[in-house]
Amino acid sequence: MAKLNVNGTVRDFQADSDTPLLWVLREQLGLTGTKYGCGIAQCGSCTVHIDGAPVRSCVRPASSVKPTEKIVTIEGLSKDGSHPIQKAWVALDVPQCGFCQSGMIMAATALVKAKPNPTDKDIDEAMTNICRCGTYNRVRAGIKMAVQEMANAKAGKGAGKATKKVANALGIEHTEGQLSRGEA
Amino acid sequence: MKNGQPVNAGRRSFVKGAAASAGSLVVGFHVPFLKNADAQTPSSASTAIPEINAWVVVKPDDTVVVRIARSEMGQGTLTGLAQLVAEELECDWAKVTTEYPTPGQNLARSRAWGDFGTGGSRGIRQSQDYVRKGGAIARTMLVQAAADEWKVPATECTVAKSVISHAASKRQTTFGKVSAAAAKLTPPKDIALKDPKNWTLIGKRVARLDTVEKTTGKQIYGMDLKLPGMLNAAIKACPVFGGKLKGFDDSATMKVAGIKKIVRVGDDAVAVVADTWWHAKKGLDALKIEWDEGANAKASSAAYAEVVKAGLTAKDAAVGNKNGDALAAIAASAKTVEAVYSYPHQNHACMETMNATAVWTAEKCEVWTPTQNGEGALAATSEAAGLPNSKCEVYKLHLGGGFGRRGAVHDWVRQVVLIAKQMPGTPIKLIWSREEDMVQGKYHPLTHCKMVAGLDEKGEITGLHMRISGQSILASLRPEAIRNGMDPVVFQGLNDGGGEAMIGYGFANLLIDHAMRNPHVPPGFWRGVNLNQNAIYLECFIDEIAAATKQDPLALRRKLMTKYPKHQAVLEAVAKHVGWDKPAPAGVFRGLAQTHGFGSYVAACAEVSVSKEGALKVHRIVAATDCGYAVNPQQIEAQVEGSFVYGLGAALYQECTVKDGRIVETNFHDYPSLKLADMPKVETLIVASGGFWGGVGEPTIAVAAPAVLNAIFAATGKRIRDLPLKNHSLKA
Repeated sequence: MAKLNVNGTVRDFQADSDTPLLWVLREQLGLTGTKYGCGIAQCGSCTVHIDGAPVRSCVRPASSVKPTEKIVTIEGLSKDGSHPIQKAWVALDVPQCGFCQSGMIMAATALVKAKPNPTDKDIDEAMTNICRCGTYNRVRAGIKMAVQEMANAKAGKGAGKATKKVANALGIEHTEGQLSRGEA
Repeated sequence: MKNGQPVNAGRRSFVKGAAASAGSLVVGFHVPFLKNADAQTPSSASTAIPEINAWVVVKPDDTVVVRIARSEMGQGTLTGLAQLVAEELECDWAKVTTEYPTPGQNLARSRAWGDFGTGGSRGIRQSQDYVRKGGAIARTMLVQAAADEWKVPATECTVAKSVISHAASKRQTTFGKVSAAAAKLTPPKDIALKDPKNWTLIGKRVARLDTVEKTTGKQIYGMDLKLPGMLNAAIKACPVFGGKLKGFDDSATMKVAGIKKIVRVGDDAVAVVADTWWHAKKGLDALKIEWDEGANAKASSAAYAEVVKAGLTAKDAAVGNKNGDALAAIAASAKTVEAVYSYPHQNHACMETMNATAVWTAEKCEVWTPTQNGEGALAATSEAAGLPNSKCEVYKLHLGGGFGRRGAVHDWVRQVVLIAKQMPGTPIKLIWSREEDMVQGKYHPLTHCKMVAGLDEKGEITGLHMRISGQSILASLRPEAIRNGMDPVVFQGLNDGGGEAMIGYGFANLLIDHAMRNPHVPPGFWRGVNLNQNAIYLECFIDEIAAATKQDPLALRRKLMTKYPKHQAVLEAVAKHVGWDKPAPAGVFRGLAQTHGFGSYVAACAEVSVSKEGALKVHRIVAATDCGYAVNPQQIEAQVEGSFVYGLGAALYQECTVKDGRIVETNFHDYPSLKLADMPKVETLIVASGGFWGGVGEPTIAVAAPAVLNAIFAATGKRIRDLPLKNHSLKA
């Protein structure tokens, strides 16, 4: 039995040395939020964090990840969907079919952690995930909204829940339940 | 709340079916995502709650469950259709959730939910009438139930946000309290719908009902389904279309861990079944397969190009639109303008590859799959299972993209059932690799087009001949729809009248005809369908005429559009918003396009720049849509933006080529998609003129490429007539 540290828990798994992390997550650990899109690190649907950095798990053998390295998947990003990126995604209705969005969100959260005030160029360079529905402009807007939110929180101006009050730029009307779901 | 999952009745019948079919599944059997759904809907025993009608269930806690027959694949139909029902129901939008009835239930109830097909941008426009009536009838029954309880006339009661009131006696109740009584009433026969001016929910920018789960990884797609005892399958079909499986050597495969079985699937494919999909794929990669490649083994794109090119001047052509005598007018003209265009094969490339899960026994076959047409999936299941529809069921799962690939043909469903049939009682999940998905597509049809215009001495158009040559989708998928050698869908956007897809220009002499030439590459309905190439051919050629006659492209269009006010209105909206009458920013050039398709009028202006080195940058798109009634403007904007991603990705990068009878491109490295860095700013104008219901998901795709191609011409003087653009140099 080999071990992986996933979402704060050490989990046992058994796989051949070449089995990609993606398939260990999906098929052995039951974490299906991380998606298979291409298998050759082109589309980014399988993006997870390893020690905070975005990694395309479809080409990374699970056996090469040390038990000391911390893996975070979409399921472990926040307990209740409350990461500012997730909240901005809800506020702006970013996803369409949603299949690429786990990877998109993991790429975006890694970006705003590394660069709390990313430029458009930073966003262009970090967000190379493929979305066939075409959510890119809302992805960009969502990153900017989350960055603003995080800056406000840091400055002590209404952390976390500010998204609910701030009218989103697209004028999308949410029910109370839609904005508080996940906040449990 | 878990939107877009099968209805509870479906679960009940599934559990029963599974119990009957497979002893091993009985103990502790549950479907995880449905259990999850229960947790999110506290009083979820909707099996015990009688429906008001096919469309509406109201739970005692006032939760409203709206049944959705069409499939959600990102286009927002789940939310839009729920808005239509809720508008007439007068319920509290905050209490609305949705569920999918199953195709089997639809058949058992004489198709109570109508058509399940989700394609052709038809979800809302072709079901709006009966789903609104469903909501209105349910409201009437709920109010009647309250009135009966109070012994007052129903006409004295008012209703708003799920609350029914009787002012005179100051009494109030809620939908949840009277729903059981309402369910027992006889539905009214005649029902009036609201005047659009009184709508309060239709037209609002409400948030989608299915967003949260997509931000937490909890949304279950077909690929994520897990059933107890389930095995996984990977498949390879003969890469040469029409070829057969001759045999295979499994000695290396059997050495791979976890392999359970290697099975023939029909006469053209082989699947490896294993404990995990990764093992199945590894086993498949190790399999030495021998194919009988058949008659198409040497087919190539180059050879097809010759065949289709010959069709441009062939005698056999079906006429799609004719007015006057174009050929005579052109022959007698002072000058002609001529150009030949082409459009390649393209794969849909849904982010989620084709997949399905099946359990087969001699008594019953059940399938779980992302599909654009649940009833089509049921028919495919029944046929492959060798069982009647009544002994089969399909549970629709959320789609990771559809774009037309998951609607007309359910080849992957047929495959999974044929595999499951060889392992009775064991749930089998089949997932296509991206490579399989790329080479076993149902491709955007290949066509060429020769455009010829006759001009008089003043440069006025005297006649136009548009000869399309190439592939017919219907000839492959619905041959019974071909009439006298004519595929009517070929002429999308070019028809003389009709509310679906008509040409927006008047020509004194016009001939549009099609020489059908069908390569062996199977065609499919690809988002936007034939409108895509037709809009390129016509809109780019109109620009060519404008250039040849030194006219402004907008001015020329205006002259030709006098009898097409709705076509012109969207074009004018775009021109006004972009500031067509003022110059573009320095170094930036503009191109226009408009079309009518899927019942909506659309137009776009692209602003691009091209560097000396030939690098194209699309800066900004202004796009207008007249879809008649706009149900959810913020989702229309999302669809319009997405249409430019899909349309520009196709125009810039995408082409499936054929060599040795098979598709060459196998993954996103050689079939690139538009990425965020390429994405222009998109400004969407919703010019909803009312009085009709047009589609939204597809029409705008068709104006993406011609607007950009026309802008490239304005920037460089280069006229690109063959896509994709990656095959051309824009270098000065």
